[in-house]
Formats: sequence, structure tokens, C-alpha cells
Amino acid sequence: MLRTLLEGLRQPVTEALPTDPEFAELAKKLSRETRRRLGRGLAIRVLDAGSCNGCELEINALANPFYDLERFGLSFVASPRHADVLLVTGPVTRNMREALLRAYDAMPAPKWVVAAGDCASGCGVFAKSPACLGAVSAVIQVDLVIPGCPPTPARLLAGLLALLGNN
Amino acid sequence: MSGWEEAERTLAAGEASLVSLWADGPRARLALLSGPELRILDHEAPGGHFPSIGRLHPPALRLERALAESSALVPDGLPDTRPWLLHGAEALSYPFLPAKGEHLHQIPVGPVHAGIIEPGHFRFTCAGETIVRLEERLGYVHRGVEALMEGKTPEEAAKIAARISGDSTVAYAIAFARAVESALGVVPPSRALWLASLMAELERLANHLGDVGAICNDAAFALMLSHCGILRERVLRASFFCFGHRLMMDRILPGGVTTDLSADGIAHLRALVAEIGQKFPRLLSLYDRTASLQDRTVGTGILRPDLARLWAAGGFVGRASGRDFDARRFYTPYDSLTFAITVRSEGDVDARLRIRAAEITESLGLITQILDRLPAGPLRSALPAELPGGSGEGFALIEGFRGDIFLHVRLEGGRIARCHARDPSWFQWPLLETAIAGNIVADFPICNKSFNCSYAGHDL
Repeated sequence: MLRTLLEGLRQPVTEALPTDPEFAELAKKLSRETRRRLGRGLAIRVLDAGSCNGCELEINALANPFYDLERFGLSFVASPRHADVLLVTGPVTRNMREALLRAYDAMPAPKWVVAAGDCASGCGVFAKSPACLGAVSAVIQVDLVIPGCPPTPARLLAGLLALLGNN
Repeated sequence: MSGWEEAERTLAAGEASLVSLWADGPRARLALLSGPELRILDHEAPGGHFPSIGRLHPPALRLERALAESSALVPDGLPDTRPWLLHGAEALSYPFLPAKGEHLHQIPVGPVHAGIIEPGHFRFTCAGETIVRLEERLGYVHRGVEALMEGKTPEEAAKIAARISGDSTVAYAIAFARAVESALGVVPPSRALWLASLMAELERLANHLGDVGAICNDAAFALMLSHCGILRERVLRASFFCFGHRLMMDRILPGGVTTDLSADGIAHLRALVAEIGQKFPRLLSLYDRTASLQDRTVGTGILRPDLARLWAAGGFVGRASGRDFDARRFYTPYDSLTFAITVRSEGDVDARLRIRAAEITESLGLITQILDRLPAGPLRSALPAELPGGSGEGFALIEGFRGDIFLHVRLEGGRIARCHARDPSWFQWPLLETAIAGNIVADFPICNKSFNCSYAGHDL
């Protein structure tokens, strides 16, 4: 048993900071003011507004030892009142609209919204469904989009780091 | 007595299991299982009235509530007519069921939860720390999946089926593919069937590893989450290496599969099986030797075997409460593979974790057998596009990691006329309500995780 636990320590599994040229461009679009304010870290509240749960699996993977997002000053928080960033997944369903707006309203300003995944970015395969209102931008203003179905953890991390201006 | 009423009686008497109940135009359709035989009964009457199944057999209640609100059909005698998936304008004044007694208080939780999980509402009524009643309210991630599929070609609809519940994307893709093939009389090549099952076992492995870690983490044992997280990540990376997508989304389509497995892929998977086969038993022995962990899991959230049976609970939820059912017994290639199906009778969090642990070992064995005996040949059979070959109906019952997924499809002129998908969570969510009664509020997260029902798969 001890051997198994020590084997894990012998070689670090945590990987180097991911880079993604797509997000270097996005980072330039964010104002200097945003980056100055967020420069030290981000408190992120994740909100599923209608996802198939694929995006949640990959967002959860950010906390595993390979990606270890906390080393970059990124952390997930339980309350929107503690959050700088609302990370939204899924097309926004009619049934989640109220909860999304309430979570956003509960966040202190200044605040930013990141739409993660193809559904949150452009409604994905659920476009045209009467049960969905559309992409996140149909309900609240979005500051950054991380595409993918679902976006890989490396991509999510690169996108969030772009928000910090580290990319 | 009509076939419908006879079916209602056999369900209520526990002689058959409810598989699903849905509306298709003017017809109410009922799927039920007696032994290995799956039957579909139709009820069509003027005005859309049919005798409610939920009236005598409670597992049908939520299916009938969803049916009634989204179709013109009327289940006569349905005891609960509150909205279910369509929240509508009355969303904020939903009438929860009452709980009466002295000194009771309520705790409303959700739809937005503290962790990175899907949305749903839990209404706890408690006496002190003890939960007297839990009532769930679901439907928040209702995306209108079934209606959206109508009018689409099988290939277009397959993309939607693969996103009914992302964690089970492979199982749903298989269920959709098999149902369409059966409707059109198409036989997929055997290499495709074997590769699809390989993907299904990788999906099961990844999810079970994630669940074992997450259950232990809810008992403040983060070490297990880290170690299981490493193994889970290795499975996802191997899946990406072999099939080009970490969750293997859109790799299975009606007629076969899109991606072949290379010799490098086979070597990669053999190394993965060897690594997990070596490390996972040691992690399980760590679980076995940690008294503080078992103190939280043993005896917590007991699901009674009679309820598991009545609700036809699939997957680890049913198998941890004595229900010996696994849909893999009924389809290819599992009929020519060797694997054990573990059943326990304790019905607690510990039993649900141990069923997963046993299935991890079995999946490793299945992957090895598939790699050893993978048949050669083409990856896909063509589908007939036009009438009359493009019409018909078919269904599939496929074992995803959390239980049996039922999917029924009716095609007209090469397009989807009606598609109905029933996630195993439909019958597991109501059982979570009974399993948590009498437990303390603080044990809800670990109990909920041990069930790990899908919100998206249920809400559709």
C-alpha cells in the first residue's frame, strides 16, 4: 500500500502550464483594467444552466493532480457571493433562467462571465429547441468563450489563464 | 381484461418490471420486462384517455406526469398531477408534499448546488438533524431532447442522443444506434459491435473510478479522490489516444463506428489495463483498512431490496440491493465474453461502492478479452435512406455505467418520427428519497454520490 502511495510521489504527474494561441488573442481583448484586477487569482463559481454534464466532468478534472488548477491561483467557490467569475455551461434552459440570473445578481461587482463549451457559447446541438433560450449570451453578457464539446481540461485552463492575462 | 390492464396488474404484483412509459401521437406506449423478454404494449382510445399505470404501480408516476404535461394523452386516475419537467409560469410556487409532525423544519437546497454538479432541487423536512422526508424536484436541465430529434435524420439525431447524459455518451450512442438499426433491419459489422463495447467498458471504468474517489472524498478522504482521479485521467487520455475524444463522443453512429483501433491503440490499452489492474486493488485495500471511512459508508443510506425490485432499479443501485439484473446479458458481444455480475444485499453506501469496485475489475477483464479477440472487418454498414426501407421502429436496452438505458425510435421516410429515451435515473432518483429517510442531513452528499443519478439524462 505504502509503495503505491509513494510511487505516486516519485514522479510528479502535474503538468506544465498549458498554452493555446487562440486564447492569447482573447486575452488581448480583455481590458488592462480587468487583468489588473484579476491578476492575482480568480474565485470561480460554476453554474450548469442546462449542460449534458460532459462539461462538468472536464471542469471537475481541472482539480485532479494532472491539472491542479489551484497552483495558478484559480479556485472554485461554493457561493456566487464569493466569486469573481461565473463559469457557465450548457444551453440556458427555460427552467434554469431564473437561477442563472439570481446567481449572477448575487455576485459582487466587478464580475465576469465565461461561457464554457459549445452549448454555452452558441447553443450547440440544442439550438432551436423551444425548451432552451439559447447560448449564455442570450441571457447575460459574456466576457470570454471557451469552445469545445466538451472543452478539454487543458483548454479550460488555458482559457481561464487568459482571463488572468498569464497566457 | 385488456392487455394494458393485465400489464398493470403484473407490474403492481411484481411479476414484471417497468421499462418505460411514453406518448407517441395518439398512443400511450408501455415497455415492460418479464425475464429476458421485453414487450411493448400500446393503448389508444378516443380523447387520449388511458388507465394510469402509476395509480397501482408508483414507479410509473413521474413518467406519467412527464407524459401528461407534454402530450394530449390523459392518464386516468393518476394520483399526482403536478408538473414535472415543464416548470412553466408556476415555477416558483410548486406545491411540495406535506410532512406533518412536531418541531419539523425544512431545508431547501438547489437548483444551484455548492459543488460542480448538475442542477436540481432537494426539499428536506427534518426533525433536528434527522431527515424525515426528502422530496426531489427535477427538470431544470430539460432541453427538449425528444422533440428536438423529431424530423432529423438518424445521423443528425445521433449527435443529440450522444448528449442526453454526457457521462454516458457511449452507452446512449450505442442504444440509439442499435434502436435505429433494428428499425431499419440493418446489421452492423461485428468489428463495430466489439469496438463499441470496448468504448462502453472504458466509459464504465472512467465513471466508476471517478465515483469511488468522489464517494470517499465526501467522507473527507481526499487521498482516494486524488489516486482515483489519476487513474480516471489515464482512462480518458487512453480513450483520446485510441478514439480521438476523451469521452468518445460521436464515435458510434447507426450502422457502426466512425473510428478504428490501431495496433498502437491496442498496446496503449493493454498498458492501461495493467496499470489499473496493479494499482486499483491496493486502493481498495486502503479503503478496507480505513475505519473512519467505513464508519461513514457502512449502514448509511440503505435501500431496501423490495423497493429496488419494485422500481426495477438498474446498475449498482439495484445490484447493491439484491436485484440481479445487467442488460449486458442480452446482447452481442457480451454473450461470447466471460464476466461476473456481482450482487450484494446490504443496500448501503458501502455496498454501492463495492459493486463499482467489482465492476472495475470485470471491465478490465472485458477490455482484455475484447482486445484479444477483436474481429477484423469493416466499421460501418450503410443505412437505407428512402421509403419504404427508411421506416419502422426499434428499441434497445443497453447497460451504461449507472444502469440500463432504454431507447425506442420510430422512423418514417428515413427521419425520426418519435424517439424516446429512458435513463436509469428515472427509477433511481425516487429510491434516493427513501434511502435517505432516517439518515442525518450531513450524510446526504455521500449518499447522493453513491447513487450518482443523472440530472440531464432524466430531465431530457
